[in-house]
Amino acid sequence: MKTAPAIAIQTLSKKFGQQTAVDRVSFNVEVGEVFALLGPNGAGKTTILRMLTTLLKPTSGTIQVLGHNLQSESQAVRSLFGLAGQYASVDEDLTARENLQTFSLLNGLTFREARLRTQELLEEFSLINSADKLLATFSGGMRRRLDLSISLIARPKIIFLDEPTTGLDPRTREQMWKTIRQLVQAGTTVILTTQYLEEADQLADHIALIDHGKLVALGTPQALKEKIASKKLNLTFQNELQATQAVQAIAEATNGIVQQTDNMVNVSFNEVDDITKILTNLQVAKLSANDIQIKQPSLDDVFFAMTVGKN
Amino acid sequence: MLETHKTSIFKSTLTMAYRNLLKTLHNPDKLLDVVIQPILFMLLFGYLFSGAIAGNVYAYLPTLVPGILMQSLISAATGSGTQISDDFSTGIFNRLKTLPIPQVAPLAGQLLADILRLLIAATVSLTTGYLMGWRPAAGLGWAILVVILDVFLGWALSWIFALYGLFAKSSTMVESISLMTMLLLVFLSNAFVPVKTLPPFMKILVELNPVSYVINASRTILNAGFWPTSAWIVLGAGIVIISIFAPLTVLVYKRK
Repeated sequence: MKTAPAIAIQTLSKKFGQQTAVDRVSFNVEVGEVFALLGPNGAGKTTILRMLTTLLKPTSGTIQVLGHNLQSESQAVRSLFGLAGQYASVDEDLTARENLQTFSLLNGLTFREARLRTQELLEEFSLINSADKLLATFSGGMRRRLDLSISLIARPKIIFLDEPTTGLDPRTREQMWKTIRQLVQAGTTVILTTQYLEEADQLADHIALIDHGKLVALGTPQALKEKIASKKLNLTFQNELQATQAVQAIAEATNGIVQQTDNMVNVSFNEVDDITKILTNLQVAKLSANDIQIKQPSLDDVFFAMTVGKN
Repeated sequence: MLETHKTSIFKSTLTMAYRNLLKTLHNPDKLLDVVIQPILFMLLFGYLFSGAIAGNVYAYLPTLVPGILMQSLISAATGSGTQISDDFSTGIFNRLKTLPIPQVAPLAGQLLADILRLLIAATVSLTTGYLMGWRPAAGLGWAILVVILDVFLGWALSWIFALYGLFAKSSTMVESISLMTMLLLVFLSNAFVPVKTLPPFMKILVELNPVSYVINASRTILNAGFWPTSAWIVLGAGIVIISIFAPLTVLVYKRK
């Protein structure tokens, strides 16, 4: 039997009155991968996530979670996933332990199981020393850790993270990434939304680029980068004259775009063979570069090339 | 096929009520309105107005105690609206809605916990009255019956406030509107003053006010020791309110 994808959504749309927030989006998320919904603010990422987690009813389209229909089996499907981040929340008036315990009970654990699982998660997320303190004393990082630990109570197969690192300092963000990677190693499927390209690049196996409610690109980070931007070769020469001469020699070797600024020359190229040709031509022309850099395209290039944003 | 599960309505509702209890334990100030307020009003009204209205405190207490009882219960009932509105603005309901529990469980848990608040408010009101010298003429048994009747009506009212809590923009707004509603309902009734002293147009308003019915029924039971027709009307009204507002609140809650 072919295993069902973790998530399969088809022509998913959401309208708020006249405004279309999500417009016929379709994609599959495979079991065990990290899938990132990337896009500028207001692009519709969170709306998609809210539909995937049963918080919003789609206007049209279908969603399947591990082969279960989300609309017809919503209560049962909720036991398959956990949600953490921007929209999920912790109970401010309770302690970390009480938060974990009540949510354990709500997840169907018995009192005894709830107590054990709570202890386990408090230790796993290094919250054990603050377990019985009220959340008012918690730092932003501790709050996120508690939030994440609550969503992991029932050991869900799928975990949704809504902007998991927004507003966190670099160290806490690094820790969060580490935790997410551990989750994936343990076999969990992770779907996250982010507006940070670096985050998507670091974590995701596949990225769906969303803008104005539409799916504008879908693929691996590598594929997306290659689709939009080619690699760049940066050459620095001793002086401007040499650089100008080099431009001619390079142009003969490749049909990529050649640009000169002062004593620097930028060449875009697609195949590594091009570099050999360029360097051979330079040698023939008796020009030698002081410095050579090869620049991989960044997701930033993709982001700016493909999204407009709301502003 | 993957195993899925559901948590029963019974267990999830109890857990939600337990959560409510924990919240109150950590923030005892949430009980201020059901503990301090009845005491304050009973003392203020008892000693301030008794001379003018009834001659002395002992003569006024049989009128006042059922009035304060109802006032405290309406005040306690407004708490459900504030709490629900609070939970929505902090986003905790979003998480609750992604759990494998029946959708209505958080709401049901809230209203279950409300019964406790109402019982506290009733107990504090009557105890304060007792300490001031009030004795139910019909005896303790009838007094307990009045508490049950009034708490039931208060609970019915908390469904209305819960519905309002779902619509309101912020819990502060729920609080101020609820306070106004409570003041109007209680003061435009026979809770604190004899109706015969009122000008004609006020008399009409007061006699139309449902709170007057409840208080009348309570006084009759406490003083005369029998179950009057007005008590049946109150009971019926409570059932009607619940059968309209409970499904309506649940419906709005589910769509939110």
